[in-house]
Amino acid sequence: MRKFKKVLAGTLAGVLAVGALAGCGESNGSSTNNNTTPTNNTDTSGVKSIYFLNFKPEIADKYEAIAAKYKEEKGVEVRVQTAASGEYEKTLTSEMAKSDPPTIFQINGPVGYENWKEYCADLKDSELYQLVSDKSLAVKSGDGVYGIPYVVEGYGIIYNNAIMTKYFATEGAKAASMDEINSYAKLAEVVEDMTAKKADLGIDGVFAATSLKTGDDWRWQTHLMNMPLYYEFNTGTGDVITNCLEAKELEFKYADNYKNIFDLYTNNSTTEKNLLGGKTVADSMAEFAAGKCAMVQNGNWAWGDIKAGGVVKEEDVKYLPIYTGVAGEETQGLCIGTENYFAINSEVDEATQKASMDFLVWLFTSEYGKKAVVNDLGFVAPFTSFGDDEKPTDPLAKEVLAWMEKDGFTSVKWSFAGIPSEQWKNDFGASLLKYVQGQKEWTDVVADAKASWASERSA
Amino acid sequence: MEKAIKKWFPLFALPTLVSFAIAFLVPFAMGLYLSFCKFKTVKKTEFVGFDNYIKAFSNDKDFLNALWFTTKFTIVSVITINLIAFIFAMLLTKAIKGTNFFRTIFFMPNLIGGIVLGYIWSMIINGVLYYFNATITTDANYGFWGLVILMNWQLIGYMMIIYISGIQNISPDLIEAAEIDGANAWQRLIHVTLPQIMPSITICLFLTLTNSFKLFDQNYALTAGAPGKDTQMLALDIYNTFYGRVGYQGVGQAKAVVFFIIVAAIALTQLYLTRSKEVEN
Repeated sequence: MRKFKKVLAGTLAGVLAVGALAGCGESNGSSTNNNTTPTNNTDTSGVKSIYFLNFKPEIADKYEAIAAKYKEEKGVEVRVQTAASGEYEKTLTSEMAKSDPPTIFQINGPVGYENWKEYCADLKDSELYQLVSDKSLAVKSGDGVYGIPYVVEGYGIIYNNAIMTKYFATEGAKAASMDEINSYAKLAEVVEDMTAKKADLGIDGVFAATSLKTGDDWRWQTHLMNMPLYYEFNTGTGDVITNCLEAKELEFKYADNYKNIFDLYTNNSTTEKNLLGGKTVADSMAEFAAGKCAMVQNGNWAWGDIKAGGVVKEEDVKYLPIYTGVAGEETQGLCIGTENYFAINSEVDEATQKASMDFLVWLFTSEYGKKAVVNDLGFVAPFTSFGDDEKPTDPLAKEVLAWMEKDGFTSVKWSFAGIPSEQWKNDFGASLLKYVQGQKEWTDVVADAKASWASERSA
Repeated sequence: MEKAIKKWFPLFALPTLVSFAIAFLVPFAMGLYLSFCKFKTVKKTEFVGFDNYIKAFSNDKDFLNALWFTTKFTIVSVITINLIAFIFAMLLTKAIKGTNFFRTIFFMPNLIGGIVLGYIWSMIINGVLYYFNATITTDANYGFWGLVILMNWQLIGYMMIIYISGIQNISPDLIEAAEIDGANAWQRLIHVTLPQIMPSITICLFLTLTNSFKLFDQNYALTAGAPGKDTQMLALDIYNTFYGRVGYQGVGQAKAVVFFIIVAAIALTQLYLTRSKEVEN
């Protein structure tokens, strides 16, 4: 028996040693090609497949089709995997640890870059970066460029013009046309009157459900939060995102403004407050698409959901900026920006990095690729390779472009890129849920948000 | 003969030992090591000592809250599952028509995966709570009892089968002898049946205890910890720490090691306690 134990111990120790050595070997191997930049003359003929980890579940099948076409044309297989809504960071973390990691992935801005900087190749000499029309949009650090923006998006309050027209025709309507609604006060007046008349208007509520299910609360903890952040950090000196990013503390000066619009959403909703915790973004969009509500806060990526409903007419889908009661908001436009940046994995070999870049260049320059970007993916792509006539034609994207060009209006920059961490957003979302359910006072929501900001920033 | 076994044992046991080492011991050792490191992916690590363990307990109350919630849940569900499963087993070992049919039906929920069950039950529970103007995430208590119901529904059938086989193994002679000695039904249950099925009780307690404590899928699909993190159990907290927080992978790993120690301690104590009550036939 003693002999057996010896053998057992020996075997186990041996296996452990082998495992440990294998571990070392791997880390040595990967550090050698760290931060190398693919040069244009790298030979990519040996690369059989690249791996793209997609962020947008709503267009996953469109990417599959594009990948199939690319394989047909260039013979390189593009494996597209899509992370579920709200799961991108988790999926990326686990995929990156595999021996066959994503070669193209996405970072959500400067904060995302901080997390993944060891894996982001420098793209300043890449072909795609040369094509970016506004170079200030890219994610940079020092001399390097690590994230290339690939879509410009806009969000605001989407409204159904047919229902609004019906309301303006009712007796004692608080406004005669949408043009009159250019401030929170006016919006609140109209919305509250509409709620009173909801039976006549044939709607369940003015606003679609304020979806607060975990993972489906980003419209509030990130997008709506952009409003107070923008006003707090757009101080006139320096870039608003940079200011926000450098803020050790959040003053939350515009907390009351946030509360204004958030309360308006939940008080005039299709859904009782206590039921909001079970609602998803898809639920809200379905309500809007079925014509059960007049307004919903979302961005141009939501057109697919509205179209799928088949009830709301294309010409009736319009945008309204998010008014929160800040002085001078009459000239405020939609929230325009991006949180979608392509990054190339610096840990894979050079040829694969180059092959990955080739795919992106093909996607945004080739005839087929551009068509797919505009029509299937529905991107307003910020590249010089796209002409004026090569813009998405869906009503929301058209509205975004129209608002951007409107004279005398200022777009609200996406400032939430400066939020310290995902954790902050999730904690804030959880706070909001408790607030609507009456389990938390608003003052505590604000206090917790500030405390969490300070601790997350210092972490 | 024994000599031959000694001689050839290493050779025949080797494949199993190697796969056990690769699939279990090596990852375990790596996991233990990683809990002392700061890392983003497991390939690049930086040794930080006990930092992660300190953070796991001091940074936020999440871990301790989850531990408390998990403990409450485990106590309630272990009692209810075993009690109900045992009652069903007693009923279905009586000569009633269709016992086999009922056994099959009760066993079925166990065949459905936890994630699917979680979503199905969240629909059912939300459907009912809708009439009371609430959802499962409205109140942490709803989530708690939802989890208990779900866990009961899933595990009762399985435990019932184990109890049934235990009960059927009791020799009829013993029962008969007790009856002749004048023992009533209650005395027969306490003094004959229970001691005789002690091995089944050991295994059922072990399974329910560890399964409840390690619960993840059902928790994730039913409430995902909402409202806030009030219904977050240990495994989900570890998952969220590891994947959800940047720079907290090591802390998640440290929590996982603590979690392992707790589960091992509970399971071993329970095994020791119930084993000592088992009687030799």
